[in-house]
Amino acid sequence: MLEHLAQFYAVYGSVINFIGINALLALSLNVTLAAGMLSLGNAAFAGLGGYAAGILTLHFKMPYAISLCGGAVVAGFVGVLLGMPVLRLRGVFLAMATLAFGEVVRIAAVNLDITGGAEGLTGIPNVTKTWMIYLALAGAAYFMAVLRRSRLGWGLVSMREDETAAACLGIHTTFYKVAAFTIGAMLAGVAGGMYAHLNYLITPRDFGFFIAVDLLIYNIVGGTRTWYGPILGAALITALPEILRGVGVTAGPIRMAVNGLILLLVILFLPNGLASLFTRFRPAAAKAGVA
Amino acid sequence: MKGLRVANICRSFGGLQALMEVSFDVAAGAIHGLIGPNGAGKTTLINILSGVLAPSAGEVVYQDRALHRSPAHRVAAMGVARTFQNIRLFPTMTCLENVQAGQHLTARRPLLPRLLRLPSAAREDRQLEERARGTLARVGLDGKTHHLARSLSYGERRRLEIARALALNPSLLLLDEPVAGMRRGEAAEVANLVRSLAREGMTVLLIEHNMAFVMNLCSRITVLNFGRVITTASPEEVRGHREVIEAYLGSGERHV
Repeated sequence: MLEHLAQFYAVYGSVINFIGINALLALSLNVTLAAGMLSLGNAAFAGLGGYAAGILTLHFKMPYAISLCGGAVVAGFVGVLLGMPVLRLRGVFLAMATLAFGEVVRIAAVNLDITGGAEGLTGIPNVTKTWMIYLALAGAAYFMAVLRRSRLGWGLVSMREDETAAACLGIHTTFYKVAAFTIGAMLAGVAGGMYAHLNYLITPRDFGFFIAVDLLIYNIVGGTRTWYGPILGAALITALPEILRGVGVTAGPIRMAVNGLILLLVILFLPNGLASLFTRFRPAAAKAGVA
Repeated sequence: MKGLRVANICRSFGGLQALMEVSFDVAAGAIHGLIGPNGAGKTTLINILSGVLAPSAGEVVYQDRALHRSPAHRVAAMGVARTFQNIRLFPTMTCLENVQAGQHLTARRPLLPRLLRLPSAAREDRQLEERARGTLARVGLDGKTHHLARSLSYGERRRLEIARALALNPSLLLLDEPVAGMRRGEAAEVANLVRSLAREGMTVLLIEHNMAFVMNLCSRITVLNFGRVITTASPEEVRGHREVIEAYLGSGERHV
């Protein structure tokens, strides 16, 4: 039995690692989505965290844990700076502004010397272990689950439902938005740092536009309203190429088509994502309300 | 002055003067009505009083504190709660959760004790839930605790909005058409609720088109028409006021 597990890990270890990293990234986006903000900046925050952590390790010879923290702090700091002006925007306009921020980060990474230009930052020691990723994921998931019951969490969910009404309940909406944005950025920064220390290198392409959109897809497929929804979505979409290969379909253009099909089916039939399959049913009386 | 003073409030939207030099006082603990034909500026005034809109000129003083420069969340912290004409509940939350969300200012709900699973966090959550259930019972929604807000009937939604406002523990309650679309029996229950709130010392300012409701409930009534105050007087005086009747029914002379 143990032997089989070891064999499984030898074959699928990297998929398992990437599921963990992607799930972390999906959760980081979920902090802002839970408050009704559509941000596409989390991939760029992960990039910032990854570069910062990589630079700390390579150029400043910092230990791994310090580098990760440094990555989170840099991403969080930029999150505050970006959040204060950008979070006045709503809906699609916020998405566009954060997307532009992602491009700024990418172009900066291409053109700066300290980030290694287009080649990226290479030679980062591979010290991220699977258990570290899943420990961080468990911590983040626990944090998200508890956050919802805290003052901040109630405020964020109220804002998602109706911002004006939330403000009239005494919720300082601007502060809460920046707080959510910053927490999400820090979490993405940690994930980026782990990625950089897993992959030996980090390049400007690693956290581009498509990754930003992928994070959104993880959340939509899994469901934004629970802490486990984004994890489910990230796991399914990340493992999909392997699953497809298992049933005899080679990855490639078909993979994107299947991704799209899953997204479509979820939006049509499970508006609250895969997570709604697991939601405990409320008392019978409430079911009338759910329908 | 412990009550609410509205002084020379003006507000324009582009070229439209929605409110012009609106002034009146609301005594502490009173039930004060705000009436007027559609488009008179009643909701605009409530939006200014609750900090959702800033006035173009004039001031609002409540319990000796100016609140016309404060954003909505600070006005709420001064003890002012409101409902909305076009009901703004949290639709995918249950009734209980709507009220719990309304407890934002009275609850502490710190994150750290919750992360550490300290008993104090569980205790606070239990107390808050208990209180929220009490608030729901007060508006007669104790049978709907776990129903989603969007599944409620129109009248129930209005009552849930009042419950969410009450969860703030306000000293001034602004109600924008609290019984619009309600059955008569339901409206009478709301009237009783408002009376009992006033007896406990809460000041209530309400907009309503249901004249019987306003006349029976309010001790003073301010009448707005085209953004101006026609009069602030007792229900009896308002009923006999020539300009008020003209505002509602139109003047005979115009048709001659």
